[in-house]
Amino acid sequence: MKKPWQYVNASFLAVSIAASAIHTAHAEEIVLVSGAVGKDIEILKEIVKPWEQKTGHTLTVFPMPASTTDQFAQYRLWLAAGNADIDVFQTDVIWAPQLANNFVDLTPYTKDIINQHFPSIIESQTSNGKLVALPFFTDAPALYYRKDLLEKYQKAAPTTWQELTATAKEIQTKERQAGNDNMWGFVWQGNSYEGLTCNALEWVKSFGGGQIVEADGSISINNEKAIEALKLAKSWVGNISPAGVLAYQEEDARGVWQTGNAVFMRNWPYAYALGNMETSTIKDQFAVMPLPSGTENGPSAATLGGWNLAVSSYSTKKDASISLIKFLASEEVQKYQALQSSRLPTIMSLYDDPDIKQQQPMIAQWKDVFLQAVPRPSAPTKIKYNEVSSKFFSAVHATLLGSGSAEENLEVLEYELEELKGSRW
Amino acid sequence: MFKKHTLTNSPISSLQQQKQRAAFWFLAPMLFVLLCVAAWPLLRSIYFSFTDTSLTDLYGGEWVGFKNYLSWRTLSSGRTIYSGTLVDPAWWNAVWNTVKFAVVSVTLETIIGLMVALVLNAEFKGRGLVRAAILIPWAIPTIVSAKMWAWMFNDQFGIINDMLLTVGLIDHKIAWTANLDTAMLSVLIVDIWKTTPFMALLCLAGLQMIPRDMYESAKIDGIHPIKVFFQVTLPLVKPALMVAVIFRTLDALRMFDLVYVLTPNSTATKTMSIISRENLIEFDKFAYGSAQSTLLFAIIAVCVALYIWLGKLDLNGDQS
Repeated sequence: MKKPWQYVNASFLAVSIAASAIHTAHAEEIVLVSGAVGKDIEILKEIVKPWEQKTGHTLTVFPMPASTTDQFAQYRLWLAAGNADIDVFQTDVIWAPQLANNFVDLTPYTKDIINQHFPSIIESQTSNGKLVALPFFTDAPALYYRKDLLEKYQKAAPTTWQELTATAKEIQTKERQAGNDNMWGFVWQGNSYEGLTCNALEWVKSFGGGQIVEADGSISINNEKAIEALKLAKSWVGNISPAGVLAYQEEDARGVWQTGNAVFMRNWPYAYALGNMETSTIKDQFAVMPLPSGTENGPSAATLGGWNLAVSSYSTKKDASISLIKFLASEEVQKYQALQSSRLPTIMSLYDDPDIKQQQPMIAQWKDVFLQAVPRPSAPTKIKYNEVSSKFFSAVHATLLGSGSAEENLEVLEYELEELKGSRW
Repeated sequence: MFKKHTLTNSPISSLQQQKQRAAFWFLAPMLFVLLCVAAWPLLRSIYFSFTDTSLTDLYGGEWVGFKNYLSWRTLSSGRTIYSGTLVDPAWWNAVWNTVKFAVVSVTLETIIGLMVALVLNAEFKGRGLVRAAILIPWAIPTIVSAKMWAWMFNDQFGIINDMLLTVGLIDHKIAWTANLDTAMLSVLIVDIWKTTPFMALLCLAGLQMIPRDMYESAKIDGIHPIKVFFQVTLPLVKPALMVAVIFRTLDALRMFDLVYVLTPNSTATKTMSIISRENLIEFDKFAYGSAQSTLLFAIIAVCVALYIWLGKLDLNGDQS
């Protein structure tokens, strides 16, 4: 879609026509859609400049809302209609099995680079032996805590959820007595949406309660450990977490946190760079650590997130698109993204990169978080994942609201998932 | 076209025919467009509801009859298991939410809208300015106003809690959109705020058609203003009010955007449109979602028919 003035310009600049004709003969315009948070789009436009210069192609970025659910709905409609206007899609880690039919198999094009990436991420983007998308950056949440407050009350950073509950309660009470009425112990994402699936999966998994649907497709959610985890989470609401946490998404939690009104927060890496901005009230006063575990010395769990790049099967410019995504997934771009916007690389060697270690020390820390990352059951449940997730977060949300006990809701959930599964996923 | 009609037909009917033909050709483009953008998608989605189509394969659906609406199987043990939208509790919850929302919001909007219209109909200084100003909520796109209210309803830094706390009406911060009890209330507040101006405007148009001399004669006869309202104003403004109510009811029954932004996924506010979209697009149950949107269409059609029928009866009663 060239703008009219470009044509006008071209017709006037007769001298350059001959020269540019050779150059633009193969130049194509690639359209990429991506959800946009913060300065994502500007950074992306900056990043692709070397690629544009080298290949002569241009990139147009089509921004979308940040919510993964909204993006998915739109992409699905476009793909169902065989839309050829969009060449490259930025896809969520959970979408690969659901959208696999609409994307180009990248296996033959990426043989040389595929081994650089974390095998678990590559596996999450592979559906029936087809590499659906190439990893762009990964994501795993961590526990953010206020160094200054823990120091003030001489508390250690909590390693179990029970310890977190006690510490949060104590600091919250004492801070409120000291006149800070708006202080809360712990903020997270409790709205009934995909984010609650991530939060609740972490509680359940770290208590040893499985991962909703196991890799072999069996439904494991209705168990003692999971019930225990949900009961503890329920005790937070209105106690160490505001009752409104049940309507919070990432940005709402960050709002409370970044105005200095929370001791702990569960969030993704993006909040790290933003929390250290000049305007932030808590600049340099917080640190991150892996999320707590359910039992003493037990495992910690962080839900695997992250974004990938896929080429539409309906694109008419597949070669240029593939060259673009290979460029974006390359080591140099991932390093640039890590340094600029605290994005976690998917290339293993970058976690030992001296520049990253020096300028973004949290990324090195995040390697520990990442190694304990647990995938959402999108692979075993295939195209039914969205409904599984919706049923799960609805059941959890109901429990947290106090409509039905954890036992009742998980039992019903188990039945519903079995119905949904039928003979196979 | 010019052939023999002047010979065979009398001049008058020929003129009529000509007019009719001309009218048809003038209407044809519009009819064609309506056929493409309204009738075809509607019929297609009704067709989809009787198939097992999925969004990944839009043309590969096979006819399955009423399976998406209601089907049952008797097990060997003699127990019968029902499935389909008509026995889906989530669907009936959405129907109930929608009806509740429509009845409460339309009633309140009508009453408040009429009150506002009466005020605006009176002569006072700066009336034009007030009339324009009151339309602002209606002019703001729903997505924007829903987002704006979402921030105002925020439990920690929302202005609503802050004001209520300062005045002393509440003693702790309320989680407006999170709580099952207040979620619907929040949606209603925003919808009433947004749509009352629309109702007021339609009512005002009706009020302005009432001849002034009727009020003057009532005044000369010394009739109490309240009696004048119920005996003169209300019956005369009623046709306009009826149209306004039907517009709003249709709107309220297919309500989507406000809930989608303000309280997504809350079981207390999920409407029929929300749930059918969820099935259509997110859950890969395209046919099932089509069945739900077909039912939504049927429900709205029945409501409108019922309303028109009841409205006519009432009008006849008044006239006799």
